[in-house]
Amino acid sequence: MTIQDKPDHQRLGMTDDEYDAVIDLLGRTPRTAELAMYSVMWSEHCSYKSSRVHLGKFRSDQPWVVVGPGENAGVVDLGDGWLAALRIESHNHPSFVEPHEGAATGVGGILRDIFTMGARPIALWDPLRFGPLDDPHNRYLLDGVVSGIAGYGNAVGVPTLGGEVEFADRFSRNPLVNVMALGLMKREQLVLSAASGVGNIAVLLGNATGRDGIGGASILASASFEAGDEEKRPNVQVGDPFEEKKLIEACLELYDRGLVVAIQDLGAAGISCATSETAGNGGMGMDVDIDAVHVREPGMTPGEILMSESQERMLAIVTPEHVEDVLAIAARWEIDASQIGTITDGPDLRVFAEGRLVAEVPAASLADDAPRYDRPYERPCYLNALWDSEPAIPDEIDVAKTLNLLLDDPAIGDRSWISSQYDHTLFLNTVIEPGHDGSLLRIKGTHKGMAVSTDGDSLRTYLDPRRGAARIVFESALNVAVTGAQPYALVDNLNFGNPENPEVMWQFVEATDGLAWACEELNVPVVGGNVSFYNQTDGVDIYPAPVVGMLGFCDPMPDRPPRLDRAEQGMGIWLIGQEASDDFSGSAYDRIINGTLRGRPLDVDGATARELIASVVEMAFDVPVLHDVSVGGLAVALAEIAFVSGTGFRVDDVSGRELFDETPLRVVAITHERDLETSVPRRRIGTMGGDQLGFGAAGSMDLSAARRIWADALPRRMR
Amino acid sequence: MTIAVVVFPGTNCEHDARYALALLGSHAELVWHRDDDLSGATGVVLPGGFAHGDYLRTGAIARFSPVMAEVERLARQGTPTLGICNGFQILCEAGLLPGALVANRDLRFICRTVTVRVESTDSILTSHTSVGDLLQIPLNSYEGNYVLPAAIDGAPSPNVVLRYCDSSGASGKQMNPNGSTDSIAAVADANGTIVGVMPHPERAVEDILGSTDGRVLLESFVSATASVVA
Repeated sequence: MTIQDKPDHQRLGMTDDEYDAVIDLLGRTPRTAELAMYSVMWSEHCSYKSSRVHLGKFRSDQPWVVVGPGENAGVVDLGDGWLAALRIESHNHPSFVEPHEGAATGVGGILRDIFTMGARPIALWDPLRFGPLDDPHNRYLLDGVVSGIAGYGNAVGVPTLGGEVEFADRFSRNPLVNVMALGLMKREQLVLSAASGVGNIAVLLGNATGRDGIGGASILASASFEAGDEEKRPNVQVGDPFEEKKLIEACLELYDRGLVVAIQDLGAAGISCATSETAGNGGMGMDVDIDAVHVREPGMTPGEILMSESQERMLAIVTPEHVEDVLAIAARWEIDASQIGTITDGPDLRVFAEGRLVAEVPAASLADDAPRYDRPYERPCYLNALWDSEPAIPDEIDVAKTLNLLLDDPAIGDRSWISSQYDHTLFLNTVIEPGHDGSLLRIKGTHKGMAVSTDGDSLRTYLDPRRGAARIVFESALNVAVTGAQPYALVDNLNFGNPENPEVMWQFVEATDGLAWACEELNVPVVGGNVSFYNQTDGVDIYPAPVVGMLGFCDPMPDRPPRLDRAEQGMGIWLIGQEASDDFSGSAYDRIINGTLRGRPLDVDGATARELIASVVEMAFDVPVLHDVSVGGLAVALAEIAFVSGTGFRVDDVSGRELFDETPLRVVAITHERDLETSVPRRRIGTMGGDQLGFGAAGSMDLSAARRIWADALPRRMR
Repeated sequence: MTIAVVVFPGTNCEHDARYALALLGSHAELVWHRDDDLSGATGVVLPGGFAHGDYLRTGAIARFSPVMAEVERLARQGTPTLGICNGFQILCEAGLLPGALVANRDLRFICRTVTVRVESTDSILTSHTSVGDLLQIPLNSYEGNYVLPAAIDGAPSPNVVLRYCDSSGASGKQMNPNGSTDSIAAVADANGTIVGVMPHPERAVEDILGSTDGRVLLESFVSATASVVA
């Protein structure tokens, strides 16, 4: 059966049962436009229908949480009237179909989520996952995605402070493009999405509505991929950062002048989603006049206008006496605006076209009555085989040879090929730029600082979803702690395969358990998240890839936060935290040297993690270099310090196995002090200096030669 | 009015420019591109960003914005006029500086700190420096590749203000980040009062940001505006 032969609801990605539910709800067959609205609003992407029953396990009731999950972005209190807004999103399928525009519009969408809350977006991060770079198509995808992020982010004028990248075969036909944004505002600027006030006007601001991106959420984001899906390219939206920049400035001025009652961005499902959400959230209704919408081309049907995912649009709810002022501000910033609706006492969202009623549905039903599936889940059989074996690690490791191979890995080598394409210094807030464990931003005019780290570890999560996911949280917490910031709030992007596969669903349930547990252990609220299912192409599910964005906060910020380039000749090298305990499952050593993936990664003890993180935050105020030991173990961590600082080192009494072990909760500290003032276990392992990476009896490497390998790992593959 | 920082739709470095100038004790006001009266301005800054989305060609539309007639009038009468990054591109499009800026040699956006060497102190950007000074300034552009046609017989040679170099001060193809003609990073008109600079001095004004080398450049500019009788 070709797509044209299917019934309408199936073509729109809706099951027969869901269609029947719409009929029950309305008491009649839905009109064309209504069916379009339900199909998108009830899609996996918009409704979280397969995940919602599991998301209640995340806690967000800490006193510093101002807005938790459910709004466009989470908001936390930074004291003295300052609020931070944060959010993470995925644009996986669009980026596979059209990498440049897919990634670009992902950036645009996340920024709108931030300034919808009243905050100025001040930074972006991009966690990315691709297939191996020996495949030219994967190189094409990486190149396109990075240029899309750079093209949009740089032009819209929001710095991109980093992200992370993984390469694995399971992402070849389904790359993951996640994006996290951070915004800053004063408390009085906070705006929410719930409409109120019968008679208030809905003003559509920004880009003209066109035929682009129709069905993006339901058809692209909520279904698996098969060969020949390039026909979905017209479902990808096209971004215009210039329009978005003007829209940001216009909206911020509207908030400054107190001219909006509520505001909602237009993302997935366009006008149908924005109008129903703002009305439904406020317990109101709305009458929408489709003919008033400013459109890009004539002849669009009401359904197309309602469903269009044209970018760079916002819907503001405004009292009638402020409409003129709002239109004047829009005109000043040279953006279009039209009055498309009126708030009613509800409960229906009624849509009119040429005076005809084309849709009449309970506003809240689009969001609240969406199906919820408690999908069956089952421990995958692949796990037994994986857990029954162990990575083969020899007792004696040739350190130089091994490290050479690791440094040449594109996920370990210098990633500045990516980050140097992003503007990361705009706004004069960037204290720690890409290339360190976590980014650090100052808040001008205060002593406050915000740190962010995005982390994922799909291989370990595949080996043990619960432990793998929990370890991501601890790693992220350490990454912000080494800048002097306390882990403060978290957003997660849950990238998984097809939820109708019980094994994938099991991965999801286990991983979310692990995330929730780790956050609880650290008392870090989960203030928002996104679920991306159906990351499956031709029947192959991706590795489960939860990604977290951790916000750290410090007040005061260290005067001179630790940096890798502050390592100097003569400083002592210390290893802090747990002793290495043979943790090679999911390690770079097993992946790169053995070419295998097996075993079960170690668990993390919550109390140990808390103690280490607290000590590291304290040390960050005195110690010049603090670096988390992660991918590639101690050997790679030390090499990175040497490369960035230009100073070699010599460590003694560390075995080859210990150098590549990836036991979590370990940090390298480098200082002139004779001892470290900390209660956590510590051991001096060496001294900075010279032009060698010296591993004592285990061997040594020339610093500049090793640096060249590391620096060229990514560029040489992309040339 | 004091220093006018011109804001086009798509400009994004206006607040940074204003912040840096304020840090140096100067006062700057943001001016919208539709304003057509800059009388009273003691200096003009065209900050970085993507004026008019860089559509058509970078700076090509901005050059027709209403404010540009005033910018041109002030610049021609010797009011200190500084174009940073996108502002440099606009000054070239407006014919206030020679040459043009095209896509970087490697066709990729470049965001990293570069070293530049002072070539001339006879400009509003470098009057407080010495020839040969090396400065660390963040570069941040896609169209940062300055092209200058080979000098026509009799044409004055360009007034080169800054050149890209390495940490020892040497210039050459290896140290040239974007392919600019003769490694030019900043250029002035014959009088030294109109300057275009590709790296961002306003991003290097505080230790916490990694470099303070931009201060001496902006101090030069500020002191030039101080002597203007508006």
